[in-house]
Amino acid sequence: MFYREAGDFKTSYKEDNQTFPIKFDRYRYYAVMFLAFAVVPFIVNDYWVNAIFLPFLIYSIAAIGLNILTGYCGQVSLGTGGFMAVGAYACYKLMTVFPEVSIIIHVLLAGGVTAFVCILFGLPSLRIKGFYLAVATLAAQFFLVWLFNRVPWFYNYSASGQINSPERTVLDIAVTGPNTDAWAKYMFCLVFLTFCALVARNLTRGSVGRKWMAIRDMDIAAEIIGVNPLKAKISAFGVSGFFVGIAGALLFAVYLGAAEAGDSFGITKSFLVLFMIIIGGLGSIFGSFAGAAFLVLLPVLLKNVLVGTLGWPTDLAAHFEFIIVGGLIITFLILEPHGLAQLWRVAKEKLRLWPFPH
Amino acid sequence: MKLKLATLALGATMAAGPVMADLVFPSLSYRTGPFAAGGIPFADGYADYFTLLNERDGGIGGEIAQVPECETAYNTEKGVECYEATKDAGALIYQPLSTGITYQLIPKVTADDIPMHTMGYGRTSAKNGKVFSHVFNYPANYWDGASAGVNHFLEQSGGSLEGKKITLLHFNGAYGREPIPTLEALAEKHGFDFNAIPIDYPGQEQKSQWLQIRREKPDYILFWGWGVMNQVAIQEAANIRYDMNNFMGIWWSGSENDVKPAGDGANGYKSVQFHNVGSDFPVFDDIQKYVVDAGKAAGAGDQVGSVLYNRGVYAAFLAAEAAKQAQDANGTSAIDASMMRDAMENLSITADIMTAAGLPNFGPEFSVSCANHGGDGMSAIAQWDASAQSWSLISDFATSDASVITPLIDADSAAYAAENKIEMGCN
Repeated sequence: MFYREAGDFKTSYKEDNQTFPIKFDRYRYYAVMFLAFAVVPFIVNDYWVNAIFLPFLIYSIAAIGLNILTGYCGQVSLGTGGFMAVGAYACYKLMTVFPEVSIIIHVLLAGGVTAFVCILFGLPSLRIKGFYLAVATLAAQFFLVWLFNRVPWFYNYSASGQINSPERTVLDIAVTGPNTDAWAKYMFCLVFLTFCALVARNLTRGSVGRKWMAIRDMDIAAEIIGVNPLKAKISAFGVSGFFVGIAGALLFAVYLGAAEAGDSFGITKSFLVLFMIIIGGLGSIFGSFAGAAFLVLLPVLLKNVLVGTLGWPTDLAAHFEFIIVGGLIITFLILEPHGLAQLWRVAKEKLRLWPFPH
Repeated sequence: MKLKLATLALGATMAAGPVMADLVFPSLSYRTGPFAAGGIPFADGYADYFTLLNERDGGIGGEIAQVPECETAYNTEKGVECYEATKDAGALIYQPLSTGITYQLIPKVTADDIPMHTMGYGRTSAKNGKVFSHVFNYPANYWDGASAGVNHFLEQSGGSLEGKKITLLHFNGAYGREPIPTLEALAEKHGFDFNAIPIDYPGQEQKSQWLQIRREKPDYILFWGWGVMNQVAIQEAANIRYDMNNFMGIWWSGSENDVKPAGDGANGYKSVQFHNVGSDFPVFDDIQKYVVDAGKAAGAGDQVGSVLYNRGVYAAFLAAEAAKQAQDANGTSAIDASMMRDAMENLSITADIMTAAGLPNFGPEFSVSCANHGGDGMSAIAQWDASAQSWSLISDFATSDASVITPLIDADSAAYAAENKIEMGCN
């Protein structure tokens, strides 16, 4: 009933391999895109953008980045926070050194710098695997945060080591700095998210993505059938770093406006993004969105319900938030170890057959 | 992408906005996380003082004061969320009690025309009101505190620090790194050796730092810690039998919570304070009578008179005084954030005002001006007496070394102004 697939014939490979082969899904995707680009910017206010949309959009980019590395290529990384810090500090240095260059280019370059750093720290992955690689990336996390705290050049020798994002514009509309309109920030991040999601989707269904998945599923077998592990792993680290760097740059420049390596990009950030992809679903673009939404929006929703609606004391509500979110995570992972994406996939299969499951 | 739809649906419940109130003083507090030990008494004091004004005086100038609380857990992202959630309710003033959140809010409050008061924390160079029009850090800032500490050590060692070693043990974050430039400048001036030892968040493990201290044997230690790391540092100092007379914390490292776990070992530990300590003030009797005994206390009511509770009361008192002066200046009781800012810029706290509020001799007298948002930077030294279980001031309120601090403030604020293209005000 929900999916009326009768008459939805595919007559070419191209049609058969599109991202949303089912007509209903495709139209819903168009509708969401239309809503996101043409409706939401006109109705959002400061609170909505700063408390809900920006963190969701930015963490989605980070989750896509980590999902490429961990979900598609099977390389566990605990260095996401550190790599986001690279993006943020690269963006800051570029913004202050080349103020006349467009912020879009700075964000992309920050992604590029992070990709390079990520590749450097990814080199050991050729020798070590699994938990040992996780420890190596953990070292990257601590080293990078230490570096940004330690070397004053990175924060332009300011007294406290904080970095502040100055005002920058796109087409004469401010997108960073305090005088930015809510919709401008939202659109800026949305464009980057759309770009990243499209690139990620197309990479992962092409030959590059198949090589990553081959490495993930069994690296020796992949090598025997002709996948070069060096290229596959390094490219996964590079692409992942690019996305994570963009997320870090946006987090600092657009969302927070000021940041400090240890505080904003600590180990908790690495775990947060890792939990996002585990809960959302490893190896799924949709899972990255779902996981980011789950971990960003649920605490805000709970807080508003518990404190705003029920009038609980803030500390009690904060503790209950941990209990509820933690409980939900455990419940989800027991019911569906492959994450929200798999839950959605199963639901969709059921809906396609419903009401005649046999 | 699909989740956006669900997000929108959730929106209806999330957007439940607060009601427009009379005078709104949002409290961005933290009652959870590793800094809760410091956050709870401050938030209690802040809320209780306004409750007292409502219960005893019927509000401020006849307007009821509201203190909506929002939990930040000292987390900058939650701080932004809290700011956005509360600012539309007519917020008059923000006091985030976190240097990290302060840095984020400085540009935002300036754009939204809401004043922010960072009492003894935040960005030190905000003292320069020509650049930071909406940020106030009276009556004292970190650099005043660093200078006061060094001055005390100077006195203690007989007028000269030549060849002495002073170590700064600090939280490795914006807050802990703030005093470093001042201490470096003071080291040059007084000829002492200065080095800084950072402690990473949250600071429950400090063995390596204290090993370094045992090796280097500094003559004096200044300590910039917060939350759980305070207790650990003082315990570690007691363990290595470091002379507590030579160990001094900033005002955020000098509460009862910090010294009590070390027992007698903490006896003699010092801290810089910019307000008085103890519960021997008339206002606390009123708080006990109108707030705690009436069952209206924000917390458990057991913190009254502790150092950080006093600080919360002091912060609320300064905010309430500014609101009163704004009401007088504008001839209306329903003031807005912009009037509040103007009043804070012309705020003057005299002995009479403090006595009238039940806080005689509680803090230094000071006045604020357009160019000077930081007051006179007066601070005093307090010492912990483990047998009496109490803090007491061992010096008078004294000014800091302005000849060192003023050029640093000018340089740092000028750098901020240049980076953000801010034109100097107050002409």
